[in-house]
Amino acid sequence: MAEPRLIEISPVTRVEGHGKVTIHLNRDNEVEEARLHVVEFRGFERFIHGRFYWEVPVIVQRLCGICPVSHHLAGAKAMDQIAGVDVLPPTAEKMRRLMHYGQVMQSHVLHFFHLAAPDLLFGFEAPAARRNIFEILREQPELGRRAVLMRQFGQEIIEATAGKKIHGTGAIPGGINRNLPIDVRDRLLARIGEMTAWAQEALAIARNYTLDHAALVADFGSFPSNHMSLVREGDGALDLYHGRLRAIDAEGGSLFDGVDYCDYHKLLVEDVRSWSYMKFPFIRELGPESGWYRVGPLSRMNTARFIDTPLANAAHRELRAVTGGAPNNATLASHWARMIEVVHCVEKIHALLIDPDLQGTDLVATGERRCEGIGVIEAPRGNLIHHYRVDENDQITFCNLIVSTTHNNEGMNRAVKDVAVKHLSGREKITEGMLNQVEVAIRAYDPCLSCATHALGQMPLAVELLDASGQLVDRATRGA
Amino acid sequence: MTDKDFTFTIDGASVTAQPGQTIMEAADAAGIYIPRLCDHEGLRHQGSCRVCTVKAAGRSVAACTQPAAPGLVVESETPHIQAMRKSLVEMLFHEGNHICPVCEASGNCELQAMAYRLGMVEPTKLPYLEPTRPVDASHPGIALDTNRCISCGRCIRASEDVDHKGVFGYCGRGIHRRITVNGEDLAHTDAAVSDHAISGGVCPVGCIIVKRVGFRLPIGARAFDRQIIGEAIEEKRR
Repeated sequence: MAEPRLIEISPVTRVEGHGKVTIHLNRDNEVEEARLHVVEFRGFERFIHGRFYWEVPVIVQRLCGICPVSHHLAGAKAMDQIAGVDVLPPTAEKMRRLMHYGQVMQSHVLHFFHLAAPDLLFGFEAPAARRNIFEILREQPELGRRAVLMRQFGQEIIEATAGKKIHGTGAIPGGINRNLPIDVRDRLLARIGEMTAWAQEALAIARNYTLDHAALVADFGSFPSNHMSLVREGDGALDLYHGRLRAIDAEGGSLFDGVDYCDYHKLLVEDVRSWSYMKFPFIRELGPESGWYRVGPLSRMNTARFIDTPLANAAHRELRAVTGGAPNNATLASHWARMIEVVHCVEKIHALLIDPDLQGTDLVATGERRCEGIGVIEAPRGNLIHHYRVDENDQITFCNLIVSTTHNNEGMNRAVKDVAVKHLSGREKITEGMLNQVEVAIRAYDPCLSCATHALGQMPLAVELLDASGQLVDRATRGA
Repeated sequence: MTDKDFTFTIDGASVTAQPGQTIMEAADAAGIYIPRLCDHEGLRHQGSCRVCTVKAAGRSVAACTQPAAPGLVVESETPHIQAMRKSLVEMLFHEGNHICPVCEASGNCELQAMAYRLGMVEPTKLPYLEPTRPVDASHPGIALDTNRCISCGRCIRASEDVDHKGVFGYCGRGIHRRITVNGEDLAHTDAAVSDHAISGGVCPVGCIIVKRVGFRLPIGARAFDRQIIGEAIEEKRR
């Protein structure tokens, strides 16, 4: 009988941020436990205390270099409320939306082509040296070139609206600090046809992979779960920038709908566990065991009743038809969902670029100062919640961030365990390719681990002191 | 040029000066930029930051306070002096808490712009002191974030000489010297947003802040987005 083994995948690669996976195998080589650990710590929720509220959108975007716009806009939406503004001037809202669609597009393209596609195109167990964007550029240079140029287009949309491709300053409390000059608009419009065609081709790759590997997709890290996202108020359409909270269970039954996101804390609770810096949110009414949920592109496909752009809507219908209209719970179907959103973003960008409101000059609204603000947005990786309180001196006194990757924490851990049990259990020899299967499951969620760890002083801690022979000498614990 | 005007040289270039002019004043008029931080147009000269140090007749002097003299030979942009200026600016960054990526003064900040001009493009070997400094947000319209203060004293001179209020002053000695206000906090002074010391573009960094207007100026429209610091003076020469 073999000795119990601990397998560590560290770091998890082709994701944003630092994490590791531990897999515990018993004497029969069966998987007893498999966990995704987030081993880095950021602390934004604490060190933003004392800073001025108008600095928030600029500070919090530094959470991430991949989707800074999401944090920038969620922070700005919260600060709109602090500034007493409920309705932005049309130019401001549309410029922010344009920024967001550019962001979601470039982030999704980055994830699909640079991070996930090597697994899909070359196989989960292909040699590690092949599983990267450079191999795509070697084997399919035109596809690789388009991946780079699509991402560039998204980044240029961000630059046009925020001043810089990464970490700009566009959104300010109550509005935006720029409109879109005609020459910039025309430069972007000139490329929109190409982007639409390429987005549809990327969608076809993801769709075909999902349908051609239906058995694998249905089995790989697939499990029933609740899903949550914002949807557009009134008609329940996909809306990445603003809307009301909607959650459904694994069969599509409504858990809540039409909820003002300012009430998120009445619905959601965050749990902490000793082995990860990342929190575990769940729906309060259902409790931690059955109240966990997933967010992100696939969840949005499940919660949205339709998509208000024609190409993406047709694709959405096709995806929903695979499961007969019921929620799709297959982790690997996320890639298809993600590419539907890329098409949606390009369609939205096109519509906005020809909207004359973007050349408007009414950029900022004002209102009566409030002391609390909550901003929620659908970031590329899923629902993103920013919550702040501000004192009478304009300084932040409270900050709570629930980041997409945090929402997906339980889901990712379930996927890790599901894949580990199915592909590693009972095997004496574990290959690198097998371990990559675990990473494939994590990658499907496109986690941003660096975004996801903030709450200083809330994490349970266990410190163990061992002597030279490994015997436990002392143990101290704090929290759960 | 009048009968009393005279000439001297800066880095070999002939410069005309009027009696009583400092080296910097004459240089500015001639389109020669000498880097500076504590000096500001319309305020009396102080000579404390030493970024404007030049060699005049072989001696190191502050160009903002040293009078020009007939026939004086001034060296300004020598490698040695430029390296010294860069070191001074680096030390200012290490001495305070300057987080340019999230500072609302970014793009308008003279310290940041000076660092770019002097080629401060990589981390130095100096330790970051990371001092604990107060943020005074008590005033309804003004905030004072002393993390970013470089003790240039421009606000002190503006408040005293232009606003005639004396809101600001120094406290502490040596490296612990920092800016303070003449009351329990900013709310207990007679500082007003309209003061020259507050809204006159006097603070070279992001220490004195008019509240609720940060980041309204888009990237591309900020003072140093299109011009390096000092270029406006140098344009006179072209």
